[in-house]
Amino acid sequence: MDEKPKKSKRDFLFTASYTLGAVGIGATIWPLIDQMNPDTSVKALATTEVDLTQIEPGNSITVLWRGKPVFIKRRTQSEIEEAESVNLTELPHPEKDQDRVKKKEWLVMLGVCTHLGCVPLSDKGEYNGWFCPCHGSHYDTSGRIRKGPAPTNMEIPKYEFVNNNTIKIG
Amino acid sequence: MSSLSAEEKKLIEVDWSFKGVAGKFDRSSLQRGYQVYTEVCASCHSMNLLSYRNLGENGGPEFSIDQVKAIASAAEVMDGPDSQGEMFTRPGRPSDKFVSPYPNVEAATAANGGAYPPDMSVLVKARKGGSNYIYSVLMGYEDPPVGFQLDDGVYYNKYMHGNKIKMSNPLSEGIVDYADGTNASEEQMAKDVTTFLTWAAEPHLEQRHKMGVKVLIFLIILTTLVYFSMRRLWSRIDTEV
Amino acid sequence: MSEKTYVPSTKFGKWFNDRLPLLSLSAHLMEYPTPKNLNYWWTFGGILTFCLASQIVTGIVLGMHYIAHTDMAFNSIEHIMRDVNYGWLLRYIHSNGASMFFLAVYIHIFRSLFYGSYKSPREIIWILGMMIYLLMMATAFMGYVLPWGQMSFWGATVITNLFSAIPLIGDSITTWLWGGYSVDNPTLTRFFSLHYLLPFMILGLVVLHIWALHVPGNNNPIGIDIKKPSKDTVPFHPYITIKDLFALLIFVIIFAGFVFFSPNILGHPDNYIPANPLITPTHIVPEWYLLPFYAILRSVPDKLGGVILLFASIFILFALPWLDRSKVRSAIFRPLYRQFFWILMIDVFVLGYMGAMPAEGTYLLIARIATAYYFVHFLVVLPILSSVEKTEPIPLGISDPVLKT
Repeated sequence: MDEKPKKSKRDFLFTASYTLGAVGIGATIWPLIDQMNPDTSVKALATTEVDLTQIEPGNSITVLWRGKPVFIKRRTQSEIEEAESVNLTELPHPEKDQDRVKKKEWLVMLGVCTHLGCVPLSDKGEYNGWFCPCHGSHYDTSGRIRKGPAPTNMEIPKYEFVNNNTIKIG
Repeated sequence: MSSLSAEEKKLIEVDWSFKGVAGKFDRSSLQRGYQVYTEVCASCHSMNLLSYRNLGENGGPEFSIDQVKAIASAAEVMDGPDSQGEMFTRPGRPSDKFVSPYPNVEAATAANGGAYPPDMSVLVKARKGGSNYIYSVLMGYEDPPVGFQLDDGVYYNKYMHGNKIKMSNPLSEGIVDYADGTNASEEQMAKDVTTFLTWAAEPHLEQRHKMGVKVLIFLIILTTLVYFSMRRLWSRIDTEV
Repeated sequence: MSEKTYVPSTKFGKWFNDRLPLLSLSAHLMEYPTPKNLNYWWTFGGILTFCLASQIVTGIVLGMHYIAHTDMAFNSIEHIMRDVNYGWLLRYIHSNGASMFFLAVYIHIFRSLFYGSYKSPREIIWILGMMIYLLMMATAFMGYVLPWGQMSFWGATVITNLFSAIPLIGDSITTWLWGGYSVDNPTLTRFFSLHYLLPFMILGLVVLHIWALHVPGNNNPIGIDIKKPSKDTVPFHPYITIKDLFALLIFVIIFAGFVFFSPNILGHPDNYIPANPLITPTHIVPEWYLLPFYAILRSVPDKLGGVILLFASIFILFALPWLDRSKVRSAIFRPLYRQFFWILMIDVFVLGYMGAMPAEGTYLLIARIATAYYFVHFLVVLPILSSVEKTEPIPLGISDPVLKT
C-alpha cells in the first residue's frame, strides 16, 4: 500500500504529532495538580510572631503555626541540666540538647508526635517531658524520643529571635 | 428601562497599555494609581479582596518586599482575641487584607449620605465598559444643564446612569503629590487609578496574556501537524477529508 | 456489537476478556464502521465529549476550593481567581467552557435537524440527546448561581419562581425548591450539590446516547442507509479519530481565545457584584444560551401561559421524530424543508436577540411573532411538508452515482 520514500515522511509527521500532543497533555495536567499545592494566601501566612513575655519558667504555651501546634517551653534550670546530662548513646535518635535550642531557656518545637502525628501531653511520661497518649511515646525535656514507637525526636521548626521577648516562627 | 439607552453617553476610549493580546500594565502607573487610591479613594472605598502582599506580586505594582512591609505596617489591623479575650490592634503584615475605612456596609452607607461607596476590588469587572467606564466617570463631572434638578449632596456626571452621582468629584489637579515627580493632572490621576483598579480586579492579567500567546502558538503548530497527518491517513481513502 | 468477533492475541488478554470483555469493547470502538462521507458537522460529538470531560475535571478541581455559603461563595471564587495556583485559569476554563459546551451542542442539534438524524431508526438517540440537553440547561443554570453575584441571585429567583405559576401547588413547590421563603443559603447548598451530581448523570446518558448510536450506526450527509462494513465505510480509528481530533483542536483554539483574551465577554458585569436581596439589577438576562427560551417566556402576557410555552418549546423537540414523517432524512434532497430549516435557524437567532432586549414595544412584538413561528414550524410546517414535499432523487450508495427514483 505504501511506497517506501513516503513512509519516512509519514513516520516523522506522526511522531511529531504524538510528541507534541503528549507535551500538550502534560502541560494541561500540571495546573490540575498544582492547584492542590498551598496557595499564595496560605504561603503568606507561613510565619507567626510570638510574644514570650507572659511565659513563666517551667511553663509552656502552644501556638498554631501552619495549622500545627508549636510548643514554646520556658525550661527551668533543672530541666535544662536534665536535658544536657543525657548520654547520647542512650538515645534512639541521638541529638545534643544545644543543637535543639537557640537559647537554653527556650525550647521551641513542633508539638507533633513523630509516630503518627498526634499532639503529645506536656509534663507527662517517664522522662518529665512529653507523653503521646495515642501510642505511648515518651519524650524528654529536650523533646527527644526516649521510649515508644516514635522513630525520631520532635521536630524543631525554623525560627528566630526577633528580640529578647519575641520569636518569629517560619 | 427604555430611556436607559438614550441616557447612556459613549464612554471615553482610552488606549490602555493592558489592552490587546500582549497587553501589560504600566508598572509606574500602577504604583501611582495605588497612591491615588490610598490618598483619595481609600477614605470611603474599601478593597477587601486585596492583601498588602499582592502589591509586591508579579504582574502588579511590584513594590519591593520592604516597601510592601512598610505599607502594611502603616495600617492598623484589628486582631484578636488575645489570651484575655480582648480584641487589639497591631501594625499590619503583608498577609493582611486591605483595611476597610468602615466596619461594615451599613456604617459606610450611613457615613455617605445613604449611598454605599462600592468595594473597589472587582469594580472594573462589575461595570459595563470596564476600565473606560471608570475613567469616564472620573472625567465626567461637569455643571448640570440648565433646569437639571440636583438635591444636596448629589452631583452631575455625564457618564453616570441617570447623570446623578452621590460622590463629589474626587480628583482635582495636584491633590496627590506623585513620588516619581509625574505631574498630577486630573487625566493622569484618573488614568493611573483606573489602571490600578483594573489590575486589582484582574491581578493575573499579564500572566494570562503571556500564557495565552504560548498556548495559541502551541495549538496552531499542533493543529497544523495533525492536519497533515490527517491528510496523509485519508489519502488511502478515495473520499476528500 | 455487530462486527466480527474479536479474539485477544495474548493468553492473559483472552483470560481477562472472557471475564470482562473490555478488549472486545475497545476493539469494537476502534473498528466501528463509520460512513466515509461524514463532514465536519459530524465532529461535534467528539467535541462535546471533550467539553463534558473538561467541565467535569475543572469542576471537580474548583469544588476543592469553592465554599457553598452565602457569606463566603463570592469571596471563595475570588480566592480561586487570586490565590489558588492557576485558579484563574481553571475557573475561566470552566465558566467559558459552559458557553463552548452549548455552542457545540447547538451545532450538534442543528446538524441533526438538517440531516434528519433524529428519524427512524435513531429516535432513541435523539430523545437521549434531548434529555442530555435538558440536564445541561439545569446544570448550567445551577452553576451560574454558585458565584453568588447579583445575576446568580436574581437569575435563581426568577427561574425558581417559574414553578410558582403552577396552579394550587406552585407556592409549595417554590418554597420546597428554596428550602425557605426566598433564595438563600439552603438554596445555594442544594444547587451546589446538584450541580456536582448532574454532570455525572449527563455522562451516564452520553454512554447510552453512544450505545444507541452504535446499534444503527451513524447517519451521514446523504442520509441513506449503508451496508456496514463496506466500501462506503472506514474504521473509526484512525480515520475518524484523527478528523475529530483536528476539528477539536480548531475548537480548542477558539476556546483558548476566549479563556485567555476575553474571559468575561460572555458573562455579565453584574455578576461581579455580590448578591443583594434588596436590589434587583435593572436588566436581568440569562446566559446567552438560554436567551431564546427567555424570549418565549416573556412573549406571553400571562404567568402560567409563559411557563407552559417555555416548557412546551423544549418538550416539543422530544416529539420531533413523529412530527416530521418524511422518509427522506437529509435536507440535501428536501428542497422545501431546506428552506424552512434556515428560517427556523433565523427564527431561533431572532428569539435569542429578543431575549437580550427589554420586553417592550417592537421588541416584544417581534419576540411574539418569532415565538409563534417556532411552534408553527414544528406543529404545522413539518407535518404538512412530510406529505406534500416532492423530494429529489437519492443515490443508492455513498460512492454510487446511481440514483434511486
